Amino acid sequence: MRRSVVLVVLTAIVLYPLVWMLGSSLKAPQEVLNNMSVWPQEFTPGNYTDGWSHFDVVFGRFFLNSAMVAALTVVANCVSCLLAAYAFARLRFRLRGFWFAIMIGTLLLPGHVLIVPQFVMFKTFGWVGGDWPYAPLIVPQLLATEAFFVFLMVQFMRGVPRELDDAAKIDGCTAYGVFRHVILPLSRPALVSTAIFSFIWTWNDFFRQLVYLSDLEKYTAPVALTLFIDSSGQSAVGPMFAMSVLSLAPVFLFFVAFQRMLVEGINTTGLKG
Amino acid sequence: MAVTQAPSPAPPAGPAAPRRRGRPARHKSDGAAGYIFLSPWLLGFAVITAIPMLMSLYLSFTNYDVLSDWSSTEWVGLDNYRQMFTEDPSFWHAVRVTITFALIATPLKLAAALGVALLLNRSFRGDGLFRGLFYLPSLLGGSVAVAIVWKSMFNGDGSFNAFLGWFGIEGKAWVNDPDYALGTLILLAVWQFGAPMVIFLAGLKQVPQELYEAASVDGAGPVRQFFAVTLPILSPVIFFNLVLETINGFQGFTSAFVLSGGTGGPVDSTLMYTLHLYNKGFTEYQMGYASAMAWVFLLSIGLVTVLIFRTGKFWVHYSDGDD
Repeated sequence: MRRSVVLVVLTAIVLYPLVWMLGSSLKAPQEVLNNMSVWPQEFTPGNYTDGWSHFDVVFGRFFLNSAMVAALTVVANCVSCLLAAYAFARLRFRLRGFWFAIMIGTLLLPGHVLIVPQFVMFKTFGWVGGDWPYAPLIVPQLLATEAFFVFLMVQFMRGVPRELDDAAKIDGCTAYGVFRHVILPLSRPALVSTAIFSFIWTWNDFFRQLVYLSDLEKYTAPVALTLFIDSSGQSAVGPMFAMSVLSLAPVFLFFVAFQRMLVEGINTTGLKG
Repeated sequence: MAVTQAPSPAPPAGPAAPRRRGRPARHKSDGAAGYIFLSPWLLGFAVITAIPMLMSLYLSFTNYDVLSDWSSTEWVGLDNYRQMFTEDPSFWHAVRVTITFALIATPLKLAAALGVALLLNRSFRGDGLFRGLFYLPSLLGGSVAVAIVWKSMFNGDGSFNAFLGWFGIEGKAWVNDPDYALGTLILLAVWQFGAPMVIFLAGLKQVPQELYEAASVDGAGPVRQFFAVTLPILSPVIFFNLVLETINGFQGFTSAFVLSGGTGGPVDSTLMYTLHLYNKGFTEYQMGYASAMAWVFLLSIGLVTVLIFRTGKFWVHYSDGDD
């Protein structure tokens, strides 16, 4: 009994900032200040329409940009990491152990270390500030650089019985055939996990998007949100919360839909979440 | 790329040979196919990781600024490093802030994660719901939106002060006070205890119930059981979480950027290392200097990780094997 009381109190504390944000997104500006209450005295749904068109570019544009980056990242990660994981988990070739160790090493390499040289490189390629400044965000994902997902899929494939590969080989399958007919169909759960986490991380990502996107039209939602801080007049408080709520909505919906799966994913691989 | 047949290391597997993970002899090298499937990763490793790293090592010895022509870039030797260590007070400030942050936030976060994991360990109605709700901040907490909420809550006229007002405590502008701004960042990090909590929960499931029974037969109370049974068996998981969260802690960026409006203020009190690096590289365009900072960062994280692994020998117990 005592434990459940503790848990309920803890849950209330943990969820309070999120509920307060939701409430504040519907409050008049003066109500947000000096006020713990989550319930708006005066409902102000206008915050949402104000926030939507608060800048020269409507917020929907930023969401579309975010959605495009996230969608492309999901596809790129799924394809490239699956190929690499199949090689690591199932195929035998020279130096496999060596490359695998390097892959694990890149797992621990902080992105902040690489951002400067990558920026310089992508700039010399003419990818920075061009018509389509998203290339530096997408292309690395096409090349299986998200080692977490390679590792996740390797771990998953190791659980698929090798006898299936052997049976397929006896039936005349090559390494490609085994991939196509055995590993690919059986890897669906790992692919779904990868897709969900890729989406959420990319949607939440700020650092790389901040570095590469400099044109207002091309901003993604998180980068656009920071504009509210720069122009933090009192009147913008409600719209700021409204757009914050909207920007969290996709992640929240993913959480509601895949809660069990996300938790399992953390469980088995130690992903940071 | 060498794609010749690899010598098969596995001895011919007899019917009695253990099959787990062992490669049956009939499974010969896949030669070219291996490298074909690996090629996206290999290309990515070379072009996106290895070459940029070498490039950044080179840049760290130059005054490269990204804006002017390559030809105006000069080799300055160790000057960036010298400047960093002797002339840039903000550098040392950032180091101090980052270490303070990691040193306080990581243990608190792990303690919260373990505490709540212990609460959720026994199954009861709705345990999955609680687990999910506590995990939610880990998914959302790194976002700009939540950092904005935090900034508003811990402002002078924010809801946290309204809460303190209940107890007659006069609040202050926490995020604008150099003594407390970092504290709000730490609180935000601790709030995201859900991910390590889930890993702790998985670890707690591995603790054999017999050990608790044996301990209680020996007269050990819950506290004693926790220290004599739970903690030692959980130590590899604690270790894993410690390494992961420490590295995470060093990389804090988004919340510091948003709470300080990108400046690391007030008075540099939230100037995380990565934020200083960002400002040097991308607002002051001192790319050479930022590269040098990146290398110092990389070596420091490597050093800290090695240190944690070293200490692990003294307190991490692996149940299979004889400690």
